[in-house]
Amino acid sequence: MANFYTDNPDLRHHLNHPLMRKIVELKERNFADAESYDYAPVDFDDAMDNYERVLDIVGEICGTTIAENAESVDHEGASCSNGHAHYASATETNLDVCRKAGLMGMSMPRRFGGLNFPITPYIMAADIVSRADTGFENLWGLQDCAETIYEFASEEQKAKYIPRVCEGETMSMDLTEPDAGSDLQSVMLKATEQPDGTWRLNGVKRFITNGDSDIHLVLARSEDGTKDGRGLSMFIYDKRDGGVTVRRIENKMGIKGSPTCELVYKDAKAELVGSRRMGLIKYVMALMNGARLGIAAQSVGVSEIAYREALAYAKERKQFGKAIIEFPAVAEMLSVMKAKLDASRTLLYECSRYVDLYKVYEDIAKERSLTPDERKEMKHYSRLADALTPLAKGMTSEYCNQNAYDCIQIHGGSGFMKDYACERIYRDARITSIYEGTTQLQVVAAIRHVTTGTYLDLINSYAAQPVAEGMEDVKAMLEAMTKQYAEAVEKVAAVGDTRYTDFMARRLVEMAGGIVMSYLLLLDTARNESFARTARVYAKLAQAEVAKHSEFVNSFTPEQMALYEA
Amino acid sequence: MSLNIIVLAKQVPDTRNVGKDAMKEDGTINRAALPAIFNPEDLNALEQALRLKDANPGSTVTLLTMGLPRASEIIREAIYRGADKGIVLTDRVLGGADTLATSYSLAQAVKKIGNYDIVLGGRQAIDGDTAQVGPQIAEKLGIPQVTYAEEIVDLSDGHVTVKRRLEHGVETVKAPLPCVVTVTGSAAECRPRNAKRVMKFKRAVSTSEKAKLSPEVQAFLDARPDLNIEEWSAAFVEADPQQIGLPGSPTKVKAIENVVFTAKEALTLDGGDDNAIENLIKDLITNHTIG
Repeated sequence: MANFYTDNPDLRHHLNHPLMRKIVELKERNFADAESYDYAPVDFDDAMDNYERVLDIVGEICGTTIAENAESVDHEGASCSNGHAHYASATETNLDVCRKAGLMGMSMPRRFGGLNFPITPYIMAADIVSRADTGFENLWGLQDCAETIYEFASEEQKAKYIPRVCEGETMSMDLTEPDAGSDLQSVMLKATEQPDGTWRLNGVKRFITNGDSDIHLVLARSEDGTKDGRGLSMFIYDKRDGGVTVRRIENKMGIKGSPTCELVYKDAKAELVGSRRMGLIKYVMALMNGARLGIAAQSVGVSEIAYREALAYAKERKQFGKAIIEFPAVAEMLSVMKAKLDASRTLLYECSRYVDLYKVYEDIAKERSLTPDERKEMKHYSRLADALTPLAKGMTSEYCNQNAYDCIQIHGGSGFMKDYACERIYRDARITSIYEGTTQLQVVAAIRHVTTGTYLDLINSYAAQPVAEGMEDVKAMLEAMTKQYAEAVEKVAAVGDTRYTDFMARRLVEMAGGIVMSYLLLLDTARNESFARTARVYAKLAQAEVAKHSEFVNSFTPEQMALYEA
Repeated sequence: MSLNIIVLAKQVPDTRNVGKDAMKEDGTINRAALPAIFNPEDLNALEQALRLKDANPGSTVTLLTMGLPRASEIIREAIYRGADKGIVLTDRVLGGADTLATSYSLAQAVKKIGNYDIVLGGRQAIDGDTAQVGPQIAEKLGIPQVTYAEEIVDLSDGHVTVKRRLEHGVETVKAPLPCVVTVTGSAAECRPRNAKRVMKFKRAVSTSEKAKLSPEVQAFLDARPDLNIEEWSAAFVEADPQQIGLPGSPTKVKAIENVVFTAKEALTLDGGDDNAIENLIKDLITNHTIG
């Protein structure tokens, strides 16, 4: 029986990162829950053992039920009738199995029925689920909307909704509208306060993933007459109250098991979350950061399955009397796919650990005031999470698209047919670099950390760490790449024109990403020598990319921007 | 209505992964060479038991297994999926048992548990493939048996209604309780291990496993009865020494041969597709090749 956790030792490597001890000890508040919950860990090793055991369940369910159902879910797809969306029948089976396995509300506190897992093992589960069925990962992964309720809603709302999520009710984020996609400030859905303090929602939302969910987080305009983000608030809509219908679902290229809905709100009863006017500027930003990390995990899962499918085919397919993997052109493609996969994954977990750390401090700050040192650490990790989230989302989603493309290429003509999983993987991959903010918007979020030096500081902190014996040459390469990157950043900054910086942003962010991921793989090698080869392959790839971008930046003059203008 | 449900299960060598050292020279299975797993159809039986428990709150599902002490592994597995407790019937004198001695021993253990409403088990185990133990237990307990069960449709008023999957179709039968029901692999798959239950019960150990642990851990386990898996001996279930183990087993394995099926006849059917296929199916049913 396939188990997608145990068949992939890289996952255990990332789970057992040295920083996990700090994360777990903070998250478990010195293991106080063990007194009152018989499933709470008593110490660090016990907690880690719990994560492994639960990931083993995730791996088994994914390796059997969910992966086996992926094709039929893709064929059947979701449907819509009588104002509601309906999952494919195998999607219902998948959800049922996840509920029975208790894999909903994984990161929620135990007092609400959750498992109180840190983000890192939860994200690892998302990585595994996505490998089995990318579209299903959306439905399962929307449980992280509960995080927003936990962070910002009232105690009463938490007690009402979070246990339901832990029991397996699904969620959605109702943000996008026909005229408010990337630009959420333009949201028009109207929220009107009632004398009893509840609200009524009226209007339309579009492109809502899992839009017929049980519990919705809705962004709506609560302040009449406003036009920008400061007039928007966040609401919870409970499907049990009624008032929202699904007008239609989209006919999509991929992730067909995940219904993408157009919703009509007609006097739908809703509850305000947190403070008015903070909907977009605070809550949606938090929600989106969580969702972006989720998409990065989803992307890594896609890269994993794309690589595995390509590798299996290349070993089995014989041409000119030998397996095609023996031809250098194919072997090189596979090595690069593996390097992109490994680079994506190490960045994903580096980011998730930083998210874990700043969030746990934020949570502790609700119970007591932090010490000055703790506050400093929280700020530090928050900044790193802020810097790595768009980098991870942007890079891993682009890489998974490239891997899905190469997976088909390795299958040759057969890959273009519907006979192999690779064509589904290719279609499913495509959305990852679009939703929850396009790659271009990730670059907009990341460029700040290029210009303010967050990435360079991080890179320098990696460079200060010891490397494995025999990897010194790779480190020398990375030091040279870092120099090229710093020079390119300076050169762009010297022009002193934000339009010029925006124009060059993608290149600078990709340079930073390549160097960060190269270093992370080098550090992985220091802990686990099985990463040595992939660290070298990826560093070679990143070296060429950095050189390419460096050449472009160095030979470019501001006047040449005119060549690219609309 | 709360039920006392017993599920019979067996830890079996994973015959789907058989290597060349799978059989010892005396013709018995070399268990050390094969990974041990939960017999698949016993998992189907466990699911039916758990559904009865879901429908009848307050019910107890007890897993009963006979085997080596390490069979506590499948008890933990069952508890992770929702069973309440488990008993390992383990004793050197039980070794070498054939189906007759096994069913006698298990029937004695079932009697010892006592006051049961229904005994569920898999149709057969993948190591022996006999499908004899379940029915023989029913015989020894003097209660009805329903074999090849695919679904327990209803349990009420002291009766159980069972859908049976047979060669030519399905049959729904009703039997008075208590009774033995053996479940086929076409029944619903067993639910997965549950995350919270795994974390809660991961320290569950059998009596002999507990004996090897440190005094501190033993003290912890003493305070948590739910983490103790009982081990029962032949004497504890009051088994007659002549009816158990090798003395109680008339079956002797003489040799095991590898039989390779080879096609001996060829038949050509003429006619249109529909017609020819229909005739072929009819012929195959008539000569008992299929059906």
